[in-house]
Amino acid sequence: MTRILVDGVEVDVPAEYTLLQACEEAGAEVPRFCFHERLSIAGNCRMCLVEVKGGPPKPQASCAVAVKDLRPGPDGAPPEVFTKTPMVKKAREGVMEFLLVNHPLDCPICDQGGECDLQDQALAFGGDSSRYAENKRAVEDKYIGPLVKTAMTRCIHCTRCVRFTAEIAGTSDMGAVGRGEDMEITTYLQTAMTSELQGNVTDLCPVGALLPKPQNFRARPWEYQKTETIDVQDALGSAIRVDARGREVIRILPRLNEAVNEEWISDKTRQVVDGLKAQRLDRPYIRENGRLRPASWQEALAAVAAKTKATKAEKIGALVGDLAALEEIFALKLLVEGLGSANLDARQDGTKLDPRFGRASYLFNATIAGVDEADSLLIVGSNPRKEAPVLNARIRKRWLKGHFPISVIGEQADLTYDYDYLGAGPDALARFVESAPTGSAKRLVLIGQGALARPDGRAILALAAQAAKKHGGLSDAWNGFSVLHTAASRVGALDLGFTPGQGGLDAADIAKAGALDLVFNLGADEIAIEPGAFVVYIGTHGDKGAHRADVILPGAAYTEKFGLYVNTEGRVQEALRATFPPGDAREDWAILRALSGALGAPLPFDSQKQLRAKLGEAHPHLLRLDQIGSASAADLEAVALQPATAWKDDFAPAITDFYLTNPIARASATMAECSALALDRLKQAAE
Amino acid sequence: MLADKDRIFTNLYGIGDKSLAGARSRGAWDNTKALLELGRDKIIQEMKDSGLRGRGGAGFSTGLKWSFMPKTPDPLRPSYLVINADESEPGTCKDREIMRNDPQTLIEGALIASFAMGAHASYIYVRGEFIAERIALQKAIDEAYDAKLIGKDNIHGYPFDLYVHHGAGAYICGEETALIESLEGKKGMPRLKPPFPANVGLYGCPTTVNNVESIAVAPTILRRGASWFAGIGKPNNTGTKLFSISGHVNKPCNVEEAMSIPFRELIDRHCGGVRGGSDNLLAVIPGGSSVRLVPADQIIDCPMDFDSLVKLGSGLGTAAVIVMDKSTDIIRAIARISYFYKHESCGQCTPCREGTGWMWRVVTRMAEGRAHKREIDMLFDVSKQIEGHTICALGDAAAWPIQGLINHFRGEIEKRIDRYAANPHPDPVRVAAE
Amino acid sequence: MSVRRLAEEQPASFEFTPENKAWLEAQIAKYPDGRQASMVVPALWQAQKQNDYWLPQKAIEKVADTLGMPYIRVLEIATFYTMFNLEPVGKFYVQLCGTTPCMLRGSDELIAVLERRVGPQRHVSADGLFSWLEVECLGACCNAPMVQINDDYYEDLTAENFEKLLDDLAAGRPVKIGSQTGRVSSEPEGALTSLTSFYGDGAKAQAE
Repeated sequence: MTRILVDGVEVDVPAEYTLLQACEEAGAEVPRFCFHERLSIAGNCRMCLVEVKGGPPKPQASCAVAVKDLRPGPDGAPPEVFTKTPMVKKAREGVMEFLLVNHPLDCPICDQGGECDLQDQALAFGGDSSRYAENKRAVEDKYIGPLVKTAMTRCIHCTRCVRFTAEIAGTSDMGAVGRGEDMEITTYLQTAMTSELQGNVTDLCPVGALLPKPQNFRARPWEYQKTETIDVQDALGSAIRVDARGREVIRILPRLNEAVNEEWISDKTRQVVDGLKAQRLDRPYIRENGRLRPASWQEALAAVAAKTKATKAEKIGALVGDLAALEEIFALKLLVEGLGSANLDARQDGTKLDPRFGRASYLFNATIAGVDEADSLLIVGSNPRKEAPVLNARIRKRWLKGHFPISVIGEQADLTYDYDYLGAGPDALARFVESAPTGSAKRLVLIGQGALARPDGRAILALAAQAAKKHGGLSDAWNGFSVLHTAASRVGALDLGFTPGQGGLDAADIAKAGALDLVFNLGADEIAIEPGAFVVYIGTHGDKGAHRADVILPGAAYTEKFGLYVNTEGRVQEALRATFPPGDAREDWAILRALSGALGAPLPFDSQKQLRAKLGEAHPHLLRLDQIGSASAADLEAVALQPATAWKDDFAPAITDFYLTNPIARASATMAECSALALDRLKQAAE
Repeated sequence: MLADKDRIFTNLYGIGDKSLAGARSRGAWDNTKALLELGRDKIIQEMKDSGLRGRGGAGFSTGLKWSFMPKTPDPLRPSYLVINADESEPGTCKDREIMRNDPQTLIEGALIASFAMGAHASYIYVRGEFIAERIALQKAIDEAYDAKLIGKDNIHGYPFDLYVHHGAGAYICGEETALIESLEGKKGMPRLKPPFPANVGLYGCPTTVNNVESIAVAPTILRRGASWFAGIGKPNNTGTKLFSISGHVNKPCNVEEAMSIPFRELIDRHCGGVRGGSDNLLAVIPGGSSVRLVPADQIIDCPMDFDSLVKLGSGLGTAAVIVMDKSTDIIRAIARISYFYKHESCGQCTPCREGTGWMWRVVTRMAEGRAHKREIDMLFDVSKQIEGHTICALGDAAAWPIQGLINHFRGEIEKRIDRYAANPHPDPVRVAAE
Repeated sequence: MSVRRLAEEQPASFEFTPENKAWLEAQIAKYPDGRQASMVVPALWQAQKQNDYWLPQKAIEKVADTLGMPYIRVLEIATFYTMFNLEPVGKFYVQLCGTTPCMLRGSDELIAVLERRVGPQRHVSADGLFSWLEVECLGACCNAPMVQINDDYYEDLTAENFEKLLDDLAAGRPVKIGSQTGRVSSEPEGALTSLTSFYGDGAKAQAE
């Protein structure tokens, strides 16, 4: 720690802190545009100038000078900086004037208005009039993709977007061409950005140059009701804020959560919003004569009750989809088990993970933040860039720090970092177990569903556990065995034991023709239920599940209900309601509760509060918000001892189209556009 | 006047034999091994004692700069010498003559300087437009390699590789950190300092960037001794210096002269005097376009050295003396310089990116008289808002010519404004073709 | 400088000649392993020379692929450094220095010549022989005014000898590179004022 005086206030800060950070520590506000904690220091906006005592007779860019670079005063007095002297004030006003001379006066028609750094800082640190009498610069707008609208005349050349794509996203999509006052921010010849994190540049842009295109002219920032919640588009559970105007969700922004998403979110998380409105199931339906017709809740529930009563317990089954919250999974489990059925499964992709092997066997034990600590990484059957882009950025961040060898077994994809490619399938993993490079004490073994969602998944799980155990992935201080899930509901469902009971059928068997007579489908849209069974679909969108249904009971999406989710690490988080479900749709747990009433065997709760109390009785850890709960590494020792004879087949990608992984995303026109672009790129690359 | 025997660049004009043999006949590569045998510390001490101040414009002690390099080699972070031959400062054309006419002085200097700083590889960054010069320099380097004067296995017993690299039209690459960026294959945008290149330079390794002339004079300094060099000129402004005299003199030329030579003597002796006689002198930009101009009466008997010119509010810079006689449209001359800086601003820092264009536009209007008198003070204030607020010195360099103009020729600007106000017309005055 | 864009009409492909390919590979060896990006400016320059002095899009991409750089990084370079011509130029591409030292010595007159003979800047004459651009200081100020035509400097110009130079170039007659008034390099015109103990008054050298 180093002592430093800021405007006469003495503070102790780490020596590697920048002056800007030290000033903040001392409570002095320093304006800035180009500086961003998570990006490299550019020092180019010159807004954060401060005066350094005993330094050169000119102000210093506080973002670019470290506390340790300052020399102490005479007699070892701590170095001193000033943020309010006339020199600083004059310098700031000067820089602000320069920023504004070529910035348009179009705030009234700029979407950034009201949350614009330039606006705010011009008010706080700028002069009151302009002396610039020349013509202002006009810059042509650029096409840079379907997610980001540009108004390049507004650009102040802070280069945050350039640094973000080069450093965090790792795609080098953006650059600054030309030079001097003609410098322009653009992508290569106005092609679309290729990153799955590109939407973040709209948050980083301090002015209205890069704006979210789908939200173009939709609302003013002060009109929003803001709901701080979590995302379910992948299994990370990124912290988000859902901004709604009236009954409509307009936009989704990231929130800070150092443990999970830092401050980034994927494009699917951000721009799936229009999918929340399209293709919605807003009333119950009953299939009659092969066609679905609208029905009342009473009719629909009565139809389900009649069918249920007429069906033998062993001919009843239940499936849980990828977006379900703990509440409805728990309620469905009680309901189906109450009927006497053991045919339940949440693993619609067929993954061989099983709660019987212990919690550690299906968690991302290293934790997401643990990526920063790991000293090497083995990726097995996963493409983290598609399965969890934000996690991938974290891996990249760790890789950039150096001394982090990465090996990949499975799909050989562009992951935005370099790696050793070891092979495509289980053989390579077996070889790795036999003869991995040594010297790693904190190896992270990342196992994706591409390796586990196959008939020999259990053997591969065993091999992966052996790899971790033998090669620095398992020790008293470190558990690097990390399963990357793709479904937000999956860990929760495994924690709740939503897997086949004694003699029960798994998801694939439940879906088989003739296996069952009645299937309760809670939002499982990624599995095809073959003809035969009577399907009760509880879900939100007119997707695959609804098309196969005989009765549709309309549910609530993740922004429309209070619900608990457990992310891939095992972290319990709560999603909050931002808006209400459309039309007659209801929260899913309440539908199940109503259905149980219609069956004459009401579930033992009348409110969500009571439900959670019951849930807590059975699974206390699931009520401990933001905690991971225990997972015993000893379980992994046992897994490692299981038979490990795998097939020869290559690992297949768990996700083929990042933008279209769930019914909400498939209903989104924005995601469809992104998907089409990505497909085009793929085709071009193949040529 | 400097005697020929004290001149270092004895083939400055390319009249003599430019080949290695020719250079050797003039004394180059004469027992260079003995110079290296002085050892690193002694060489650096001699350079310090000689009083040599960097010839690229800033005038920082060359010996001191060399001493900043790490003393113990780190095999993972080798040291580099980078020679700045990105000669682009308007008025300056001296390094060009060294490279095309007397290149062995530079090559020998590169070996000695690299030895003194523990570098085994050196790059010469030549501005892109100097195509003939870089070919000439490469030819000379090839000759030196063939003669085993340099190379991995040379007769001096110090493995040393020398490479020519080139730019492609960017004045800013003459700034040492921008030059390093450019050499790494990036846009020439100056880096933040600290860290300084001696710690983190080319490829993240310790690096010293020196001007061509600074390096090329080193062998002679070491051969003839620090005291010889220090005995020329005035204290703190020692040695010989290449002056590039351009503009309104009868015979513009490059010449090697003693530091501190009075302006009048320099012009009269080598340039045939000011066009139309010394009474016809209006003003002089004594150190390349980046320094403030000096009016005739102040410059005429001023010693041409760092300290004397700083006292006049200007500087020696690269010793590129731009002479302007009374026929000069001084406002337009400065406006053209202002355009130059607008054109060459890299665009990184806000004040320079936005300010250079602003200044150019205002001063261009002033050249036509299309301005208000109150804008003179505003222009001065804008220049002050740029000065000292940017990462590199280009912002300062853009501001100073404007300040010099206003300080010394405010009356001229006001007269122009009055003249225009009396007879407003729509015709623009050409400054630079956009 | 003004906004620089790639030409609208672009060749469909670009490939380095075998000689240039070999040259590139040899040049990359000048830089440490993994630092081949250092070659980007020289490589683009070589591509430009190969392509009639201008740089097409495919050449930018070829250089990027060769050096393992993202396209946008190479485009940044191509637009930052002003010697890269992004549009076709005349067979004789005249870069006229218009910065103050040349301006003081009469570059305006040369501009008038060019405007009359060739037309406006960035415009290729109908016969394809000439195009011109006013550039910043070319570093030959003691021989002002001057122009660079393709690779070569032509110095000590006047309206008259510049006209003649352009005539000679257009007619395919041999021209003298460098000073058009007989100076060897940047020595004072006429008798030498320094280095006389080596070269006398230098008159012989100037006469040659």
